Amino acid sequence: MATSPRRTRGWLRETFHKAGSPRWFFAGSRAWMFGLYVFGGALVLVGSVWGLAFVPPDRLQGDSFRIMFVHVPAVHVAQSVYLAIAVAGLVFLVWRMKMADMFIAAAAPVGLALTAAALATGIIWGMPTWGTGWVWDARTVSTLVLLLLFFGLVALRQAIARSERAALAVSLLAVVGVVNLPIIKYSVEWFTTLHQPPSIRLGQRPAIASVFLWPLGLNALGYYCLAGAAVIAALRTRIVEREAGADWVRQWLAGAARAKAP
Amino acid sequence: MRLFWTQLRRDLLITARGPAEAANPLVFFVLCAAVFGVVAQTAGERLVGHGVVWVLALFANVLAAESLFWRDYEDGTLEQMLIHARPFFPVALGKLAAHWLACGLPIVVLSPLASFVFLGSAADAWMLVVSLLVGTPALTLIGAVGAALTVGVGRGGVLLAVLVTPLQLPVLIFGVGVAAGHGADGGAFALFALAAMLAASITLAPFAVGKALAISQEY
Repeated sequence: MATSPRRTRGWLRETFHKAGSPRWFFAGSRAWMFGLYVFGGALVLVGSVWGLAFVPPDRLQGDSFRIMFVHVPAVHVAQSVYLAIAVAGLVFLVWRMKMADMFIAAAAPVGLALTAAALATGIIWGMPTWGTGWVWDARTVSTLVLLLLFFGLVALRQAIARSERAALAVSLLAVVGVVNLPIIKYSVEWFTTLHQPPSIRLGQRPAIASVFLWPLGLNALGYYCLAGAAVIAALRTRIVEREAGADWVRQWLAGAARAKAP
Repeated sequence: MRLFWTQLRRDLLITARGPAEAANPLVFFVLCAAVFGVVAQTAGERLVGHGVVWVLALFANVLAAESLFWRDYEDGTLEQMLIHARPFFPVALGKLAAHWLACGLPIVVLSPLASFVFLGSAADAWMLVVSLLVGTPALTLIGAVGAALTVGVGRGGVLLAVLVTPLQLPVLIFGVGVAAGHGADGGAFALFALAAMLAASITLAPFAVGKALAISQEY
């Protein structure tokens, strides 16, 4: 009885140490990457077809609300990616796990792309719904700030020539950013709640009926899977790049070359 | 003519290999748009006047922050400060206080003049002075984290602005809120929020600055 918690802790520690090893991750992640691509792709396909073709049109917005099935998952996943990056930044600052840094490097462009997609779809959605593509509203501003934060992570890494220093600096920036994120959200909400005439929100957020909820949930889950797969793919590339001198990478490359040769 | 094309191709290729650097000015452009959009919403009809003065103070602050650690980094003083066994917190705070007294306070003192230039009267400039007095130290503290992260990188102020200004946005919002008397309470809540952010940044920013400077020395 007494050994059970100790064993659990031992297992946790082992997984933690293994996760820090690029070689172990590289060997195990291939199946995960393909699995997530296929599963996420299937979910997004089902969710989008359902949402775009089979859900009844909205009472106020007609068909224009259907962009929600792209817009909302993109925002959600982008925010989660930033949070994950900040956690990885803390892990890197404390334990100097190089996998954590490579994760940040791999995930930041994915988050940037998702946030850009969210803003673009938001503008497209806004044009028929609000009558204007852009409103200085709490959500638009905080999503724009998120875009800038993601860009800062990418730009800082590119600006610092030494990769060790870049890794530490980017991690610290991610942690500082996540401390600020709630303050940014709060301040933005403060100035907009006083100024936005409520008529602009007409039909923007009707209490979502459950007909819409199912495809939305499928798409959100699918986006998470696809983003995860994209991050894993980028991570694998970074591992090969960074560990190019290691024996196991050379062997793997030689094996891959042999498999390609007829 | 061939030389021209070769050079053009070479430089475009370099840009394509490091797109974030080339995108910095574009992102700065978006950033300025965000800053003015937010300020216009908060300041209302006082955009020309208090709002513009605050935006100018923000950018002057970011530009000044670039030089914060530069000299000490170049001549090795920074390394001596960091390897000394004493705590770095008061050192960082002292450095930032000196920087604000030299670069921030003059802007605060001269802000009624700017208000006069834009509005033709300095009658309600005292709220602007109060908001800047509380807000600009917070701007300096947050900007210092970015300056410490990029010390010795040598990419100029655009990168620093891109890194730091999104984090300074709350200070800007509440600062303009105080100056313009935004809200039912005439900006009182905004003033409290601004003071709270100043207190939080005094206690947290020097730690982050110390950490960032240590990183700059490590490699």
